[in-house]
Amino acid sequence: MKFDELKFEICDDFASGDFIFDAYGNSLNELFAACAAACFHAITDLEKVRPVRKYSLQQNGENAEELLYNFISELIYLKDTEKLFLSDYDIDISPDRKALKAIVAGESIDYDRHTIKTDVKAATYHDLKIEKVGNGFKVRMVLDL
Amino acid sequence: METKRIENFIWEIPPDQKPGMKVPARIVASEALMKQMDEGVINQISNVACLPGIREYAWCMPDGHWGYGFPIGGVAAFDMRSGVISPGGIGFDINCGVRLIRTDLTAAELKPHIKELVNALFQIIPAGVGKSGFVNLNRAEFDNVITNGAEWCHKNGYAWDSDLDRIEQRGHLTGADPDAVSDKAINRGIDQIGTLGSGNHYLEIQTVRFDDECDREIAGLLGIKSEGQIMIMVHCGSRGFGHQIGTDYLQSFGAAMKKYGIVTNDRELACAPINSPEGKSYYGAMCCAANAAFANRQVITNGIRSGFARLLGKKAEDLGMELVYDVAHNIAKIETYNINGKSVELLVHRKGATRAFGPRNPNLSPGFQSTGQPVLVGGSMQTGSFLLVGTKKAEELTFGSTLHGAGRVMSRGAARRKVRGNDLQHEMEKGGIYVRTASFSGLAEEAGFAYKDISEVVNVVHQLGISKKVARLLPLANIKG
Repeated sequence: MKFDELKFEICDDFASGDFIFDAYGNSLNELFAACAAACFHAITDLEKVRPVRKYSLQQNGENAEELLYNFISELIYLKDTEKLFLSDYDIDISPDRKALKAIVAGESIDYDRHTIKTDVKAATYHDLKIEKVGNGFKVRMVLDL
Repeated sequence: METKRIENFIWEIPPDQKPGMKVPARIVASEALMKQMDEGVINQISNVACLPGIREYAWCMPDGHWGYGFPIGGVAAFDMRSGVISPGGIGFDINCGVRLIRTDLTAAELKPHIKELVNALFQIIPAGVGKSGFVNLNRAEFDNVITNGAEWCHKNGYAWDSDLDRIEQRGHLTGADPDAVSDKAINRGIDQIGTLGSGNHYLEIQTVRFDDECDREIAGLLGIKSEGQIMIMVHCGSRGFGHQIGTDYLQSFGAAMKKYGIVTNDRELACAPINSPEGKSYYGAMCCAANAAFANRQVITNGIRSGFARLLGKKAEDLGMELVYDVAHNIAKIETYNINGKSVELLVHRKGATRAFGPRNPNLSPGFQSTGQPVLVGGSMQTGSFLLVGTKKAEELTFGSTLHGAGRVMSRGAARRKVRGNDLQHEMEKGGIYVRTASFSGLAEEAGFAYKDISEVVNVVHQLGISKKVARLLPLANIKG
């Protein structure tokens, strides 16, 4: 899914140096994609990132929260080692919520064209809990900047 | 939760305030700072007081603010036999720290060259997202860096002979275990030695001012002679290498907690017994990251010295560009304290807190035996920073620890809504502070109003006696990552 189809809200009403957001999704797949979009939204203006480089990845976890932490950590790792920003995220989470396959796409960092906001150092487990809200899901996540 | 004032500048949360608290939690603050303190800090520091093997008190320094897991400003000491090690009590940016370099230059001499100089340094020292450094290392050589820290820099021509004695633990933690580090951490960090990073990391050119309470005799002994003297401060850490080690172990400690039957109030407080294979492995990896950070700041120092020398047409030695000191403020260290008349070895976690050893501490180099350990407090880029020294009282009261900075009072987003980065840049330049930044929105997030009043925060530790004021350092120019 492309970043602009996804829903997240930034929570910045208390004194913290971290990046805190609430993400929403009609499905877990959409929720994870919204978290990825929030993460890269912290770093750059996603409108300027073209989905021209694609990566396939797989992650495992003991539960949905671990899976989310591992997935976002993997995107941060890709950003640093491949020196790119990611703006598209197609995610397929297994029914037992212990594994995912994803195809993510983005573009090499272009300092002339891309906006640089700040860097994300890491995902955190701080109070990380995926909640069922109506027919969909919500999570609050804290990223270390 | 109930918070009791125990004495001037010390507030206590008794163990009956939360199930599972093993010791009281204590916050160092003035009444005004306590009122400003986020409720989250009280909740977080009392969670820390629940961790296995914690001794005496879980402390939070006056610059404390909301963090993930531990609050920023948190200090916790754990018994080496029954205690735990917690990656969340150190932070992802392992050995994020500050270093201060002196010069013989005066502000009057440097001001005509300041823009040219800052522009040159901005080229020499890569800053911001995705930037690589100029030190090319293969895997074997990177293993040498993470094993030997600043000593590697000295052997490879990035450090002066006098530098190592002026770095916390000589810039080399001996417990480093490269086998405990993942390939991912290596891949993320191998090209980043000598880079500043982003967020609140910076390189700042500063001038000295002495407030009435500053100890000018100690200042002189540390090479700070007069008001207007030019100093250079660097704030950065272990970059992606340390971030990945934190990420890896926070994940693997989930299983370790199950194995050892440890339950915490927040998964971000994940921990393992210090003596367990998992705990030892994280300690070995953390030491690698700490060494990488010491090396990073040393390579940056080398770049600063060469930039000044090139622009001013004099050798860095002739400009008197000696290191004053280098401190870690996100780290865990094995230290010995006297508790109830017994000498006890503890693992002291400092997350946004600085070691503050007093005079005659055997761990300090001979040059600091009479002064105490220099403590570098990085403030906001608008309001300035402080040089302090540690005291015996800090060793007796707060596990040899003190504050690390001003401490945020506002989120990054709230700061951005108050000011635009380029407006702030112009405003600062009008006020005599020249700024280059890798990110304008990032600049707005670091505006002076986003932080507590540094004078008030420093006054608390000075008056409590856990640190002593030596000099105030006012910004003249800043490179923001």
